[in-house]
Amino acid sequence: MRKLILLLAAGLLHAQDAANGKKLFSSVGCYECHGRVGQGGSAGPRLAPRPVPLPALIAYVRHPSGAMPPYTAKLVTDAQLADIHAYLASIPPAAKDIPLLNQQ
Amino acid sequence: MAKSKKDSVDRRGFLKGAAVGATALAVNPEAAQAQKSDVRRAAAPPPSAKETAAETNPPVKVEVLTTDRPGSDFMLDVLKSLDFEYVCSNPGSSFRALHESTINHGGNRSPEFITCCHEESATAMAHGYAKIEGKPLLVFAHGTVGLQHACMAIYNAYCDRVPVYVVLGNIMDATRRRSFVDWAHSVQDAAAMVREYIKWDDAPLSLPHFAESAVRAYKIAMTPPCMPVVIVADADTQESPIPDGTDLRIPKLTLTAPPQGDSGAVAEGARFLVAAENPVILAGRAARTPAGLKLLVELAETLQTAVIDQRQRMNFPSRHPLNQTLRGGAAIANADVILGLEVEDFYGAVHSIGQQIEYSTRTITKPGAKLISITAGDLFLRSNYQDFQRFQEVDLAIAADAEATLPALIEAVKRQLTDDRKRVLQDRGAKLAASHQEAHAKARADAAYAWDASPISTARLCAELWAQIKNEDWSFVSTSAFVSGWPDRLWDFNKHYHHIGGQGGYGIGYGAPAAVGAALANRKHGRLTVNIQCDGDMMYAPGILWTAAHHRIPLLNIMHNNRGYHQEVMQVQIMANQHNRGVDRAQIGTTIDDPPVDYAKLAQSMGMYGEGPISDPKDLAAALHRGIEVVKRGEPAMIDVVTQPR
Repeated sequence: MRKLILLLAAGLLHAQDAANGKKLFSSVGCYECHGRVGQGGSAGPRLAPRPVPLPALIAYVRHPSGAMPPYTAKLVTDAQLADIHAYLASIPPAAKDIPLLNQQ
Repeated sequence: MAKSKKDSVDRRGFLKGAAVGATALAVNPEAAQAQKSDVRRAAAPPPSAKETAAETNPPVKVEVLTTDRPGSDFMLDVLKSLDFEYVCSNPGSSFRALHESTINHGGNRSPEFITCCHEESATAMAHGYAKIEGKPLLVFAHGTVGLQHACMAIYNAYCDRVPVYVVLGNIMDATRRRSFVDWAHSVQDAAAMVREYIKWDDAPLSLPHFAESAVRAYKIAMTPPCMPVVIVADADTQESPIPDGTDLRIPKLTLTAPPQGDSGAVAEGARFLVAAENPVILAGRAARTPAGLKLLVELAETLQTAVIDQRQRMNFPSRHPLNQTLRGGAAIANADVILGLEVEDFYGAVHSIGQQIEYSTRTITKPGAKLISITAGDLFLRSNYQDFQRFQEVDLAIAADAEATLPALIEAVKRQLTDDRKRVLQDRGAKLAASHQEAHAKARADAAYAWDASPISTARLCAELWAQIKNEDWSFVSTSAFVSGWPDRLWDFNKHYHHIGGQGGYGIGYGAPAAVGAALANRKHGRLTVNIQCDGDMMYAPGILWTAAHHRIPLLNIMHNNRGYHQEVMQVQIMANQHNRGVDRAQIGTTIDDPPVDYAKLAQSMGMYGEGPISDPKDLAAALHRGIEVVKRGEPAMIDVVTQPR
């Protein structure tokens, strides 16, 4: 148990690498359905800003439902998912009061 | 005219005489011997003066080398009687007489010849045109190599229930084929190649036969379910003089009234709908004509019911308070009665189908929910191609055209509505209006994400475009499926030509030519035609850009340039994940980015205004404005926008 906590802590520390997460978000194909800044679309829901907590993200990509393909630990490690999570968390909120979107 | 007739060639008679002579040669031993001697001619003495004259003098019947009454003139007269505006075609020798009759005998008007660079483009143009104009275009093609090119586009039109009228050239009589090319371009049964995905075909043997079959084909194509038809025009019949004494009557065209639903079944359906607490209308290809759009609004407002528009036609205004398309899943899940109008995939609409390795499916409707289907699809099914989708159990199936049945259904509903029931329905309508407002407000909020991103978000692209076309008489002629449905979520669709649905058979290569065909139909109405054009689709047959430029067809093309066949990027990604390997390699074989295609230059090379690639969203509005100005001057334009994947 103690070892698990240490591993998780190591993963969380590693999760500070948002730049690596941005690269992974593209290279392992997350962007294909969720957009390059996690904005979502018809193929996949919005992930950012304010992503779901990291444990929930890891749990879902390991055992997804719907159209989401599974990512085993062999394909993307927990540490890499933590980086991806950090990238998603680093994306700023959407701008408000965009004039074009207030037009009818 | 009388002189021409006197001097004209009786080509059939002349060739018949030649054929008889050839036969006589074949059965005459001396003549046969003379033919054998030909092979030794190189070693024989020089010919005599008499022999030389016999070889080199003109044929005896030199005065019969022309005709002013080719069969193709009459064929064209028949086609003109069907009121075709245009014929889309890539030229071909097996219909050269029809081509010539079109431009000379017919004056190149109704139909006007539209030069296409590929038969798939010609057919897809006809597909797009028909969905705007409500009637078919002509397509001329070779019975062999032309039809082989046109096949996918014919299949799309078949799946999309769209009338397209194809005339194929073919040289049926083997003794009339002049070269090895004629042989390669001839076929016993030309339409066999497409018979599984057209509604009717014929290969007439005479001009009167052609007239009857041509008129019959038009009737059949235009009777719901509307579909492509094929007529084979024999090249010899096209090119030969009209035989004296031929009855050249053109039959009168009377379109068949579309099939309406059985009155008892319609009354039963109305009873279900009036009694329902949460009915839903699911509209597939419901609105065949502008009238269908109005009728569907009337039915929905009479019932104060939710409408989900599957967007295969312009069925229902996007901003009508009863439009619940943006929350379609919730509306289906809450429904106790679902009325499907020309729904292609009813099973898929009421089930959730898992995408993991193990096949799984579950219904998403409430227990006891009643399903009603009205579709002309029940009247005409083929076996081989499986576009009829998975079998869905329903509670009431009405084999009829939905649009033609709507007036009777509306009246039946009105007869059954009491004042008390109307008050209940008004409350339901108010709740639906609130849900509609909420869903559309959420859509606008969602569009703000990735607003400043590069590549440009599809939401930003569609919002910028809407801002510039919303005060025009616009027509959106591409599917919004590849741009996350943003036009549906942000724009105000309320006229029948605001949207025309998609490919039908999901065959890529439809988008660019169908948009040009739709723009051709819109041209005389002065509409601003807009096409959000996928890059993968564009690359199938880019010669369509030349056709648009050559014929001055005003069309705003905006490249949704995500630099790949992105649906396939995702499909290969799913496989890599499920096979637990190589998730960073899905781009192999699926992307179009090394080198990237410069679509502005591609357009310019075809004589079309081109601008881009545009990657910075701040540059987008000005580029769109310049493109629209070009289109307003009556020319096509291409704005290449580098976009997010979806």
